[in-house]
Amino acid sequence: MAELGYIHLSDGHIFSGNLLNWNNHFVTGEVVFNTSMAGYVESLTDPSYSNQILVFTYPLIGNYGVQIKDFESSKIQVKGVILSQISLHPSHEDSTVNLRQWLKSQNIPILYNIDTRALTLHLRSKGVMAGLITNSLNKPTVSQPSHKFISAQKPKIYNPKSKKKIILVDCGVKENIIKSIIKYDAQVIQVPHDYDYTNQPYDGVLLSNGPGDPTSYQATIEITKKALKNNKPIFGICLGSQIMGLSSGAKTYKLRFGHRGQNQPCKVENSDRCYVTSQNHGYALDEKTLPKGWRVLFRNLNDNSIEGIEHQTKPFFSVQFHPEAKPGPTDTAWLFERFVKSL
Amino acid sequence: MNSKPRGIKKALILGSGGLRIGQAGEFDYSGSQAIKALKEEGIYTILVNPNIATVQTDDDMADKVYFQPLQPEVVTKILEQERPDAILLSFGGQTALSLGLELYDLGVFKKLNVKVLGSPVDVIKATEDRELFKSALAKIDVHTAKSMATCDVSAACEAAKIIGYPVMMRSGYSLGGLGSGRIDNEKELIERAREVFNAVPQILIEEYLAGWKEIEYEIVRDIAGNTIAVCNMENFDPMGIHTGESIVVAPSQTLTNNEYQMLREVALRTIDHLGIIGECNIQYALNPKTGDYRVIEVNARLSRSSALASKATGYPLAFVAAKLMLGYKLYEIKNSVTQDTSAFFEPALDYIALKMPRWDLAKLKSSDHNIGSEMKSVGEVMALGRSFPEVLQKAIRMLNIGADGLSSHPYEFTNPVEEIKTATDRRIFAIYEAMKNGRSVDLIHKDSWINKWFLYHLKDIVDLQQSLAKTKLTRDNLLDAKRMGFSDKVIATLRKTTESKIRKLRLKHNVKPVIKLIDTLAGEFDASTNYLYLTYHGETNDIKPLGKKSTVVLGSGPYCIGSSVEFDWCAVNCAKTLRKNKIKTIIINSNPETVSTDFDRSDRLYFDELTFERVSDIIDFEHSKDVVVSVGGQIANNLSLKLENSGYTILGTSAKNIDRAEDRQKFSSMLGGLGIDQPRWTEAASLKKAKDFAKKIGYPLLIRPSYVLSGGAMNVVYSDAEMSEYLGQATKLSPDHPVVISEFILDGKELEIDGVAKDGKLVVYAFSEHIENAGVHSGDATIMYPAQRVYLETVREMKNITKEIIQNLQITGPFNIQFIAKHSAIKVIECNVRASRSFPFVSKTSGYNFIEIATKAMIGKLNKQVYKTLELDHVGIKSPQFSYNRLKGSDPVAGVEMASTGEVACLGRNVNEAFYRSWMATDEKIKGKNLFLSLPNKDKYKFLEVAKKLVKSGWKIYSTRGTHDFLKSNDVKVSFLHRIQENKEPNIKTFTDKGEISLVISVPSPNDESTPYAYRIRRLAIDNHVPILTNAQSGRILLDCLSENTSLTEEVQPSSYYR
Repeated sequence: MAELGYIHLSDGHIFSGNLLNWNNHFVTGEVVFNTSMAGYVESLTDPSYSNQILVFTYPLIGNYGVQIKDFESSKIQVKGVILSQISLHPSHEDSTVNLRQWLKSQNIPILYNIDTRALTLHLRSKGVMAGLITNSLNKPTVSQPSHKFISAQKPKIYNPKSKKKIILVDCGVKENIIKSIIKYDAQVIQVPHDYDYTNQPYDGVLLSNGPGDPTSYQATIEITKKALKNNKPIFGICLGSQIMGLSSGAKTYKLRFGHRGQNQPCKVENSDRCYVTSQNHGYALDEKTLPKGWRVLFRNLNDNSIEGIEHQTKPFFSVQFHPEAKPGPTDTAWLFERFVKSL
Repeated sequence: MNSKPRGIKKALILGSGGLRIGQAGEFDYSGSQAIKALKEEGIYTILVNPNIATVQTDDDMADKVYFQPLQPEVVTKILEQERPDAILLSFGGQTALSLGLELYDLGVFKKLNVKVLGSPVDVIKATEDRELFKSALAKIDVHTAKSMATCDVSAACEAAKIIGYPVMMRSGYSLGGLGSGRIDNEKELIERAREVFNAVPQILIEEYLAGWKEIEYEIVRDIAGNTIAVCNMENFDPMGIHTGESIVVAPSQTLTNNEYQMLREVALRTIDHLGIIGECNIQYALNPKTGDYRVIEVNARLSRSSALASKATGYPLAFVAAKLMLGYKLYEIKNSVTQDTSAFFEPALDYIALKMPRWDLAKLKSSDHNIGSEMKSVGEVMALGRSFPEVLQKAIRMLNIGADGLSSHPYEFTNPVEEIKTATDRRIFAIYEAMKNGRSVDLIHKDSWINKWFLYHLKDIVDLQQSLAKTKLTRDNLLDAKRMGFSDKVIATLRKTTESKIRKLRLKHNVKPVIKLIDTLAGEFDASTNYLYLTYHGETNDIKPLGKKSTVVLGSGPYCIGSSVEFDWCAVNCAKTLRKNKIKTIIINSNPETVSTDFDRSDRLYFDELTFERVSDIIDFEHSKDVVVSVGGQIANNLSLKLENSGYTILGTSAKNIDRAEDRQKFSSMLGGLGIDQPRWTEAASLKKAKDFAKKIGYPLLIRPSYVLSGGAMNVVYSDAEMSEYLGQATKLSPDHPVVISEFILDGKELEIDGVAKDGKLVVYAFSEHIENAGVHSGDATIMYPAQRVYLETVREMKNITKEIIQNLQITGPFNIQFIAKHSAIKVIECNVRASRSFPFVSKTSGYNFIEIATKAMIGKLNKQVYKTLELDHVGIKSPQFSYNRLKGSDPVAGVEMASTGEVACLGRNVNEAFYRSWMATDEKIKGKNLFLSLPNKDKYKFLEVAKKLVKSGWKIYSTRGTHDFLKSNDVKVSFLHRIQENKEPNIKTFTDKGEISLVISVPSPNDESTPYAYRIRRLAIDNHVPILTNAQSGRILLDCLSENTSLTEEVQPSSYYR
């Protein structure tokens, strides 16, 4: 019989199911849910999920196995996986391994046979919180793991022959952001989150996505403040959008349960145009704190939160969603072109 | 909202007419939603739809309803009378769309200044004409299947040569893939192409994509160009099986994010390029090996798939589409599930939905059981759950075909592998049998191309079933079994115990299903929805019980022959009346093509099984006071005794008394006791007893099992040999109940009473009369209400018999009694203590809602009122809608087995006017004035007068020997044709093939030696799309109408005119 397992939430709630890949160590992380129906390989390797335990609301995960070409970083980033059922008989031409084996190979525990809908409703009503996966019903102390930076160790250059230079500030960048930008005729210099590039020649800056509270990225914010003075184009994605806001003087706040899914509706402010976007964030910019000269570019149709800002006169803009998709809809991929054209 | 439509004050919606294969109840759902959307804007809404059994034609829906044929001249006349500002073409299926295009081409809209709402007509044309479609898509680099459009047989052969056999043949402008199919060689192509060219001007020869995955997306787009993919679906059966014939799951299960998004992006680009406004469906073939794709088709209208997608996701596609056509943008429309967010979003599911088709091929004699690229199924079910085995086994039970799960089906297979390779309507069970016999997943995949992900799940079911039979039942394996969708009954059979013991054990172990909400956003936002399903994959219920103030209404389940949209109408109207009387109403239904499964039609909607186990689960949870079993047709009715015996309260007539009417033996004894005449009968316990009875009474005899709907396994036998054969068939269907054999009365008049009683007293009734003589199933008969040609004496006598029966059965609620009258003797054939098929028809013809009255009777809220139902200033005629042209080889002769798939009804000032309209409303087209007439001796004289009149009014009559000689000797001008089998010219076959016959009246004579040839003539007519009538009585009325030049466009009145 399968081993029993539990997720202990920091508010004392316990959900029970069965454990796989359990190596007798406590796994803690912020428990977040994602409503995507496909794209688990991309999500599990998304650096923005580092330090988190991911709950899939869709009940059947692993149906098409694992495709290496869909990795968004070199490894699985989540600390644990919670789902209803894991497919042990995947079927896809490109699959090299099944999901369970893949997670096992990287020591990621799976808690399955969980009423993921009940867990999701709990997180929605109480807000996201820390949790701990274990095989014991005994109540442990559940605390939030401390912030970890995920970033390139040293600068890396793509398309070295191209003339236009884009600084890609890596706070935990997804592979597909790199793929989406190096498609264009531009040199991309991927730099660590705390690397000061402002004194070297460049034509534009791309602030990447990444995990955690944006206010923990103090070094990045300070550097971005300087970059804003240079008046060269800056494009922020997800955490990058929050960094841009913080650097311009706005404030961020933690969303009650974050936006994680592929069906987030966003509208271009003051227009009829809407896009379905892929999102994965727990923080947002506070509209009231937006400084003079800045305006809202995109807004979430579900909760009216800010999904992107832009400067009224200068070439700075950012989006809270993921135009590079993976997983999710590709409807806003044109934003990369807009950025490259502004260089 | 800032896009409030301007300038549209009055709009007309075209409905879809009678239900037929490929176009069923889903259009009642979409039309109803469109009406709701328009009325919310204060737009005066007019509906044209002869389908009287629909909810959309109810008084509280459109402002004005026309029960009129959906024919160009009729709709033109209505447009001239009403002068609406706008027309909506996309809510009535292919019928409405094609009719709209025809009217557009005739210049009617332009002349009358009527605006077509939604996608512009040239956009619709680009999706309907395959050549235009392909070239439009090529412009944006979207791949379509290699294909060539051809306009005649030789061009088709040329194209097939270029593309290479096997090829796929498709016809432009068709619904449900009519005329489509795999063609292996030139001989086959010539034959099939010729048939299809009779109906359509163009066919396509395409590359054959066997084994590719079939995927669909439902897309909506607004005038600002905002586009979303509301739902995607994956077919269990890969390319080659029509999507209407396939098991379909939503969302797709085996697509990676890249594949999902690639197809989604192509869909959005395509729809944007075409410029569609509103809703559409796009179908793909996806190569599982290379990831290459082909767009198969785009339907620029609401479809069966969109109805399914609406129910699968909770996103009200038809309602939103109607708003978009009025000019609203997606973000301006509310998400009606959350009531908080907007309609611009893509639903996230946290469950899986599975659709399974319901076939009824056994009812249609000599129609083959293979399924493929033409649609043959008559209905469908949808199961919701949280694992594939759970929804698959749920769906199997929902079909109501005598299967309690994958492992418990009523079929016998001699060669299951053959039925996997060449798919039949029972392929899913063939897979089960093959797996049980040890055939591997890999081999079955090779046989069928079905994705292994699905097959492994089937294998899991097989494995668990085998282990359940062997190991002891524990809480753990019981829970496993329930999560895999096993019913208590199946577990009981495996454990050689009873269903109730398993239920007790399960409850003791606290193995109970949980109730989950469908909220469109996977729990991300708080939703005020009441749309529910049950699953064993969960711990907590999303809701709290409604308690004692609630009543459960059982819906109809899947549409099949004999149970169709009329029972959905009954369930919807019952729920409406209960809610008006402040009773919390819970609907249970499993059919996605219904209005009753719109979540605003009840306080709670359970989209789940109509089985004893599931209904008990729900009532146990809700603590409901009682349950209505009398408005959902036979599935609901059949649950009554078991529910009552288990302690649940049936609202209305008690189950014991329902059983006294359903059980032939008990019912016949009751009639005997009351001294009410009935056809002579006996209970057939043995074949010998049956034959003894036959000796005494003489043939023909009618054999029927108890608890039968629409004459399933009912048959007329003419000899001892036939008797032996059919007895085997009938007893297999219902072993728990005795089989009754009765005298079969020919040439009698059939009469029916639909009514409502309260505590055994008659409240309201409607007498109607069949046009066809006895012997035609009441579902296939043309019915006149009020009865027109009956003595008052007969009426009084029937009424007295009725009073005695309802008194004896202590009926409270709806009932229907069928009579046969011959030589002034009145006999009772059967009594149904439930709403019947004709309830909506008599309700809308008389102006009294019989279901509302029945519901009020059941809850004791009846008003004192006198109902005038016997003599009206008009007459209503209901005609059967057949789908013979969809079913290769089926015999278009009405008999005791019901074969019609739907019905229509029109009102008129006299019988001929109403009859002609009603018959034309079944989508008949008479092109020309050339009649082929073939009559048996006993009917020949009855046609003499009308034949003469026809010739006078310009008709040319053709006949083969017998009828020809008769007419000629009676001085009627007639042209001679040879029979098919005579192989000589001029031949009926050649004339029909060439399109020189515009109408066939071919009345078979019972049991005569020419029957196989008569069958060939009937099939010839159907395959060449020539209207055909095979009944002497209705045939004569039609010829009467034609000889009098009865007009469709004179006196085109809305239903309100007749009140």
